[in-house]
Amino acid sequence: MSLDLSNATFWGYRRENGRVGVRNHVIILPVDDISNAAAEAVANNIKGTLALPHPYGRLQFGEDLDLHFRTLIGTGANPNVAAVVVIGIEDGWTQKVVDGIAQTGKPVCGFGIEQHGDHDTIMRASKAAKEYVHWATELRRQEAPVSELWVSTKCGESDTTSGCGANPTVGNAFDKLYATGNTLLFGETSEITGGEHLVAARCRNDEVRERFMFMFDRYQAMIERFKTSDLSESQPTKGNIEGGLTTIEEKALGNIQKIGKDCLVDGVLDKAEAPTGPGLWFMDSSSAAAEMVTLCAAAGYAVHFFPTGQGNIIGNPILPVIKLCANPRTVRTMGEHVDVDVSGLLRKEMSPDDAGDALLDMMLRTANGRHTAAEALGHNEFVLTRLYESA
Amino acid sequence: MIHFVVHDENDSLGVVVVEGIKAGDEMTGWIMDQDREITFKSASDIPIGHKLAITPLKEGDTVIKYGVDIGRVVADIGVGEHAHVHNIKTKRW
Repeated sequence: MSLDLSNATFWGYRRENGRVGVRNHVIILPVDDISNAAAEAVANNIKGTLALPHPYGRLQFGEDLDLHFRTLIGTGANPNVAAVVVIGIEDGWTQKVVDGIAQTGKPVCGFGIEQHGDHDTIMRASKAAKEYVHWATELRRQEAPVSELWVSTKCGESDTTSGCGANPTVGNAFDKLYATGNTLLFGETSEITGGEHLVAARCRNDEVRERFMFMFDRYQAMIERFKTSDLSESQPTKGNIEGGLTTIEEKALGNIQKIGKDCLVDGVLDKAEAPTGPGLWFMDSSSAAAEMVTLCAAAGYAVHFFPTGQGNIIGNPILPVIKLCANPRTVRTMGEHVDVDVSGLLRKEMSPDDAGDALLDMMLRTANGRHTAAEALGHNEFVLTRLYESA
Repeated sequence: MIHFVVHDENDSLGVVVVEGIKAGDEMTGWIMDQDREITFKSASDIPIGHKLAITPLKEGDTVIKYGVDIGRVVADIGVGEHAHVHNIKTKRW
């Protein structure tokens, strides 16, 4: 019997702004590269916290700086995060990140290192982090309708089995979640090349279509500016080619199986922007797994569907990444990374509806607290997208 | 047993979904959109996930998969032969 989503619920953490998260992280968020050491020291001092080190944040400017702030603030604001300690080298940009996260109403505080040094900053930040852990660990999960679960998707190390097995499984699940009124997301702008007309045809209206094509053309222009070849071995990747994918067009047509058959594209977002209502959103984004999933987390998504063919092993520190795979060799050789095995699809042992339901069942179990393979294996890839060089 | 799958009956290519296909093997293919089966003899050793031509393709032809253009043929491909980066290239970039 197929899964009935209409009355389905999950157990999550309802945050101060009404959003529902499925994890309860206290994060230590560095504003910049040189604050990683202090952030990691605090996370080492206070058990139950998680540092999110990254290599950027100095001398960025313009749209690239806007994206940096949007990504850090969005990460802190994500409903999978209970509370945030922000650490930066100086007070100004540190406070900017604190103020952005504070708009959600969740506990957040910031520490600038200048005039204090690492020792004093680590001590004060550790005291704050410890109070947050005491508070967050007393929060209890509450029941919420499945429609309140925001679900993003991105595929990785795809092969030809992705396009005929794992990606259509996400599409089947997305069609069912779309009907329930969920807030959904896909992206990977370069990886629509060859299928852009199909996505454009699925846009709800001309305004959305024009915005989608603007994002698509902008990315193509960037590739044309910097390319030195036809991108073979980059897009498609060497792994994609090893898995049997030949051209970007073939990869793209497999990729867009993830948006199912019935969903319409209701809106278009720039990188790390949060959606403003339910429906399926397209976010302009890199097709590199860790960058894209980091942007999904910053946009506020609570669980992620990640189909793979050859076995991309990515995770994210705050966004549970559910992996599914239809390639029987990958399931056999890399099974510890796979949450949902849909290889039966290609043997006609599993119907597309069965596969979609298996993924939705794993989505609910993950939302209720089951750790994904990526979480259990410690995959915490937090990778910020850059638009150009620092000043 | 299914050895390869085809998305649409008008596609040029099928995808091998089992390991160890050798030249000369008899293979059963499943055309997914129309849900019917076809049989073919493989003309190459083809790894899992890689493709075989199910129609003869000449240099300059457009390759169809999912019923859509996925690139151009740069070296002739016979029926049952391995079709990949050595004989198909993107039309983009």
